[in-house]
Amino acid sequence: MAAVLFYIFATIMIGSACVVIFARNPVHSVLFLILAFCNGAGLFLLAGAEFLAMILIVVYVGAVAVLFLFVVMMLDVDFAELKQGFAKHLPLGLGVGVVVMAELGLIAVGWQSAPNASYAAASPMLANISNTAALGQILYTKYAVFFEASAMVLLTAMIGAIVLTLHHRPNVKRQKISDQNARTRDNVIEIKKVPFRTGV
Amino acid sequence: MQLRRGPNVVGPWGLLQSFADFFKFALKEPIIPDTANKGIFLFAPFLMATLSIAAWAVVPVADGWAVGDINVGILYIFALSSLGVYGVIMGGWASNSKYPFLSALRSAAQMVSYEVSIGFVIITVLLCAGSLNLSDIVRAQDTQYGMLGWYWLRLLPMFVIFFVSALAETNRPPFDLVEAESELVAGFMIEYSATPYVLFMLAEYVAIVTMCALLTILFFGGWLPPVNIAPFTWVPGVIWFTLKASFFFFFFAMVKAFVPRYRYDQLMRLGWKVFLPISLTMVVVVASVLQFGGEAFGK
Repeated sequence: MAAVLFYIFATIMIGSACVVIFARNPVHSVLFLILAFCNGAGLFLLAGAEFLAMILIVVYVGAVAVLFLFVVMMLDVDFAELKQGFAKHLPLGLGVGVVVMAELGLIAVGWQSAPNASYAAASPMLANISNTAALGQILYTKYAVFFEASAMVLLTAMIGAIVLTLHHRPNVKRQKISDQNARTRDNVIEIKKVPFRTGV
Repeated sequence: MQLRRGPNVVGPWGLLQSFADFFKFALKEPIIPDTANKGIFLFAPFLMATLSIAAWAVVPVADGWAVGDINVGILYIFALSSLGVYGVIMGGWASNSKYPFLSALRSAAQMVSYEVSIGFVIITVLLCAGSLNLSDIVRAQDTQYGMLGWYWLRLLPMFVIFFVSALAETNRPPFDLVEAESELVAGFMIEYSATPYVLFMLAEYVAIVTMCALLTILFFGGWLPPVNIAPFTWVPGVIWFTLKASFFFFFFAMVKAFVPRYRYDQLMRLGWKVFLPISLTMVVVVASVLQFGGEAFGK
């Protein structure tokens, strides 16, 4: 049963990943990317990693892909223009692809697992705790430094993005809630006696 | 609040009006706009209805009464509610019309923003309960103090934030800028009619009931009786659960009736500048209290 499900998920995932590349409409591409993410979550579930599966859905599908879709829908993509550059950029794209494939191949050939990895994989300590708890225990003890470091990298990236996009233009009226709340009858209303037939 | 008599013609006291509406929606012809992207146009309401109903698979309406009592139940519901935004975006985009598209853009930003604060509120509850399982979260609230031991009192600010964020997440008034009939006509579902339309409405209301159930489970002790003494403990848990969830549903409806609609920048300000800092701080405070203040707070 698990094997059948694995092949179903894997096939749909690879198929939709191909459609992401070959679809003519970029919005369809993003939608199939989401389908690929969901099937990835299904594969995690089959492997018993339910926490990772849910986090994959919440973070990638629920937030990252929404923003992708957001941008792709707003951009006015001109297909003819896209097709024009195809021949020109083909050698470059192929070059990058070949380099990545070669590097992956090198890693696959020279792969060596840690000395006690096979022992650890054979005896997972998940018999009496859920894998969420197990993940937390290992993440916040053994790998706490790496965890904090990756958090700092993300924080830096976030602040960088905000700094890049935040422009305070001079002539824009901004709403200041505190100023609005601070208005009272005394400092905004002035009562004047207007003489007859002369005005203020 | 309003002196309207409501639909009172079909059946006794108008009780059959909903069924009449349903048959009307189901039997009429669905109209697909000429320029719409047909596949996505029809898939969007289907997806949204499926997702909102699928969330109920893990809701424990009484002790042990959950279809799937999974370890990451709360994350499952959170994931499905965050997927709900796709129905809106796909529907809005596939209609190939201006108003639905604008409303889809609004809704994407709104739902993603409020998910962040909902996530932090859920984290504080998880810290206190020590489990991601919905049944375990309810059991963790089973103390000798009855309803005073539920999390709404211990995590009162988070309870309020969760309720307001739930309104925004399900696109209810005062945060229904997705529909905003005064400016966007009817939002992302203008082009929809008949069954696809009723699927959207179904999804919206099921999502509201799911949020009410989630409020009940996280903050109001799920199926637990309010007082742990004899006449209350005789009542089955499912009845307590239904009563509490209906109570929140009533509040959702009341808010719709007496709060005016927010402006879009006010909505974003509330989400990012008010709720996010408060809930982030509360995560730190709750974690510190649990770590240094002892078990009395959590269990």
